[in-house]
Formats: sequence, structure tokens, C-alpha cells
Amino acid sequence: MKLWLSVLAVTVISWLMKASAPLVIGKRKLPPTAIRMTALTAPVLLAGLIVTELGGEGWSELDWTQLVGVGTAGGLFLVKVPMLLAVAGGIAVTALIRLGLA
Amino acid sequence: MSRAVSSMFGGAASGDRRAEFIDGMRLGIGPGSAAFVLALSFGAEAQARGWGFALPVLFSMFAFSGSAQFTLLTTLATGSALAAITSATLINARYLVMSVALNNSLQGSRFSRALQAQALVDASFVVAHRNDGGFDVARLIGASVPQWLLWVSGTAIGALTSPSPDLMHKLGIDVAFPAFFLLLALDELRRSRRALVAGLLGGAIAGALLFVTSPGYALLGATAAALLGVLPEDGETA
Repeated sequence: MKLWLSVLAVTVISWLMKASAPLVIGKRKLPPTAIRMTALTAPVLLAGLIVTELGGEGWSELDWTQLVGVGTAGGLFLVKVPMLLAVAGGIAVTALIRLGLA
Repeated sequence: MSRAVSSMFGGAASGDRRAEFIDGMRLGIGPGSAAFVLALSFGAEAQARGWGFALPVLFSMFAFSGSAQFTLLTTLATGSALAAITSATLINARYLVMSVALNNSLQGSRFSRALQAQALVDASFVVAHRNDGGFDVARLIGASVPQWLLWVSGTAIGALTSPSPDLMHKLGIDVAFPAFFLLLALDELRRSRRALVAGLLGGAIAGALLFVTSPGYALLGATAAALLGVLPEDGETA
């Protein structure tokens, strides 16, 4: 039940967030400080999510083969490789390393 | 399809809008393909964590928000439900800004405009951005259609096939999720020096907190870096 309620909560909150401006704000604009803070939330959380995903509880899940793959995807993306191919490249590099280590 | 599009735009869809909608669909196939691969990973991971088949598919159908779905999936396993929901909500906070940015380009009644805003996803937002700073809503919705279809079908296939974690590990599928966020972050961090500093600070806070608490709370703690937004921009007065 906790799982279903969590999913429902995130779904409804997601709907409301997307519809927030038309429903609540209308044509008015947020104060500049609020806009600046909200705008920084995405990069901050994305950076935090990358760190927590790679590190895991107490940094116990750190895996250098995964790091190489993620770094490869990032490098490919920076040289203008499309997102799908960049991620596929990162996956392939990690898979090849793990195959070599097996 | 065209009647549905017409109704979305208050019954006044022109040939131009239909053309933009179709163009948006074409442009949405690329990011939709990336979403499909990620959805495979989401469906499989959800299955592996005991979510079953229906829940992840329904989640993808109705939430249609990869970052929030992945965030809930990972943080729910490591923290409380409240922390997981809060993390998933915060990761979607960018939709508040996107909703404000899109608002002036929406048409029709308040409900109709709120409905149109449900098509907001990162790639569609970028695709619909016009040179004059406004947004083409028909193109936004068109771009979201293939992404939604591929996101939901990928989730279903991932949940159905549910490859073993060992096989996923050997194939390097565990790279897809953090790589996806890294690529999104690279786009976000390049927007401004302030975003770069805030992102690095958030990552550092999360990294430090991982030593003393669960990843869910470490992620929440990282949001403190967004307080940098209180400071005025260069050239502004406080």
C-alpha cells in the first residue's frame, strides 16, 4: 500500500507542478528570488542524484567500471554525440570492460 | 487525431498547427528512443525491486516523468516514503519554472491550458522553444506523443522480460540511469556559472552526507545548494 500511495502522490504532484502556472499563477510572474532558487534546484538535484546513485549507502556501491561507462557517455555527449548513442557508448564500454574482467 | 488536436487548442487549430504537431512528432522520435532504453531499465529495475508489472507501467503512463520515477524507485528502497516522495517532487521542481515559461504560450480555458501543460517533458520543452522566446504548443505536444508511447512500452517490456540483475550488470545496463542524469546535468550546468557552482556544491554535499546517512536523505540535503539562488545575479542589487 505504501508503494502504491507513493506512486500516486508523485503522479499527482507531477501533474500539479506541470499545471501550476496556468492553474495558480495565471499571467503573474514569481518573485525573482523564487525563480532563481527553483531554477537551481534541477542542477543541484541532478548532481546529487548522480553522486548517490554511483556511491550508494556509505559509498559501498562504488564501481569503477560503471564510472568509466558513465564518464564515457558524458564525454561523448560533450562532443555532440546524441544522447541515445552517448548512453549506448557508455553501456558498451562498461560491458566490454566487465567481459574482459570475467 | 486532428479533431483531438483542434480541441486541445480551443477548436481553432490551423493547418500550421497540425503541421507543427506532426513536425513535433517527428522530432520526438529521437529522444523517445533514448527514453525507450531508459524505460527498459526502469521497468526491469522496478520488477527487480518487487513493484510487479502493473504499477511501473501505470506509473509511466500517468506520471510520464523519468527523473521522478527513477528517483522514487531508488530512494524508496533506501529511505522513508516521505523522503522518497519529497526527493521525487524536488527533482521535478524544474517543471514549476518550465510551466511559468510556457504559460504565456498556452491557449484556451484555464483547464485546457493546464491539460496542455501535461505534455511538458525536457526534450519537448527544448524542441518547442521558439527563437522569439515563446513556445510552440502544438510542437510541444507532438514531440511528447512518441516519447510517451516509447516510455510506456519500454517500461512494459522491461517489466515483462525482467532480465536478471546479474545479466543487467554484465551488459552494463546499470550505466544507463546515472549516465542519463549526467547528460541532463551537463545541459543544466552549462546554462550559467551559477548553475555550475550550485551543481558542484550539491554534489559535494550529497557525497559528504553519504558517509553519515542514506542516499535518500543525502539527496535531500544536496538541495540546500539551491539557496545560492537567494544571492542576486551579477549586475543585480540584493
